[in-house]
Amino acid sequence: MNLQQVVDSLGLEILTGAEHLAREVTGGYASDLLSDVMAHARPGHLWVTLQIYQNIIAVAALKELAGIIIVQGREPEPGIVQKARSEAVCLLRTQLSAFEIVGKLYSMGMAGSP
Amino acid sequence: MLREFRADLHVHTCMSPCAELDISPRAIIKTCREKGLDIIGITDHNSAEHVLVTAALGAEAGVAVIGGMEVTSAEEVHLLVFFENAEESLTFQGYIYNHLPAEENNEQVFGFQPVVNKDDEILFFNKRLLIGATDLSVEQVLQRAQLLKGLVIASHIDREAFSMISQLGMVPDHLALDAVEISPHMGKAEALKTLPYRKTIPLITSSDAHALSDIGKRVARFLLQEPSFNEIKLALRGEQGRTILW
Repeated sequence: MNLQQVVDSLGLEILTGAEHLAREVTGGYASDLLSDVMAHARPGHLWVTLQIYQNIIAVAALKELAGIIIVQGREPEPGIVQKARSEAVCLLRTQLSAFEIVGKLYSMGMAGSP
Repeated sequence: MLREFRADLHVHTCMSPCAELDISPRAIIKTCREKGLDIIGITDHNSAEHVLVTAALGAEAGVAVIGGMEVTSAEEVHLLVFFENAEESLTFQGYIYNHLPAEENNEQVFGFQPVVNKDDEILFFNKRLLIGATDLSVEQVLQRAQLLKGLVIASHIDREAFSMISQLGMVPDHLALDAVEISPHMGKAEALKTLPYRKTIPLITSSDAHALSDIGKRVARFLLQEPSFNEIKLALRGEQGRTILW
């Protein structure tokens, strides 16, 4: 599954990374603790979070994540969109809660990985 | 004789990966002089490497430097921790270093962490992942800091990230905090009205400076006998006439 398919199926808003939607998604991870994501997310994962602080971009770049889905329509801090662009991080947004969006991702066949 | 002193107790140096590279100890002290600050808190993320050098420069320039650091707890709550002497800051630093992730800082992603001397010369780069979180709970950080007779202040509790309120939903009543801090984004009246914390805990404000131009953006005014750690401790407790003036 690639990002384009996820975006189309779930009607996600694309904040950055429209040019990276061919990127393959290997699984997902949901957490709001950055240290937890750094320890447990895997390259190619799609990260679901309510965090809108700019360190999420650094974490996504470092872990080579497929992208980030910001939940509940939260508005990222100023500068974060620009940082996401410069780091080639695909930043997506949904109005749904983390619980609901993860449920939908799961039912699309996306899994977490150990 | 008690008089007013102006303090900015939350200032990062160039060693914090997210800070500007020109916010060196020397430049910080110079800026304090220009802005008429009497007391400054040096609070890098999870490290006290720049406390001694800044204190030495401050002593030459008549700026009191209170040392410590800004610890990241396991819950990703930021806590300002201050000690009377650099020795205790460094002892505490050893404890924190043992509880940081084992992986090294990635300078390209998180930023450089230069440790410099009084003349802005780079001595080495701190290799630790200072942007990371320790595996210590808020309670454990408090307990260890208080064992070393330190002061613990919950950082920028008005913020959406890394604040006790963002991470824990409130400032829990059982925590024996010496104060809570609000950032330049919020005023005192709004904090008293809207933030969920026990209002008997003293409220201070500081800049959380990551760039030289941030220093003194917010100032805490204290009524003290002299600009020192122990006098600030008295002021936070409201003892012997020492007090926070705001």
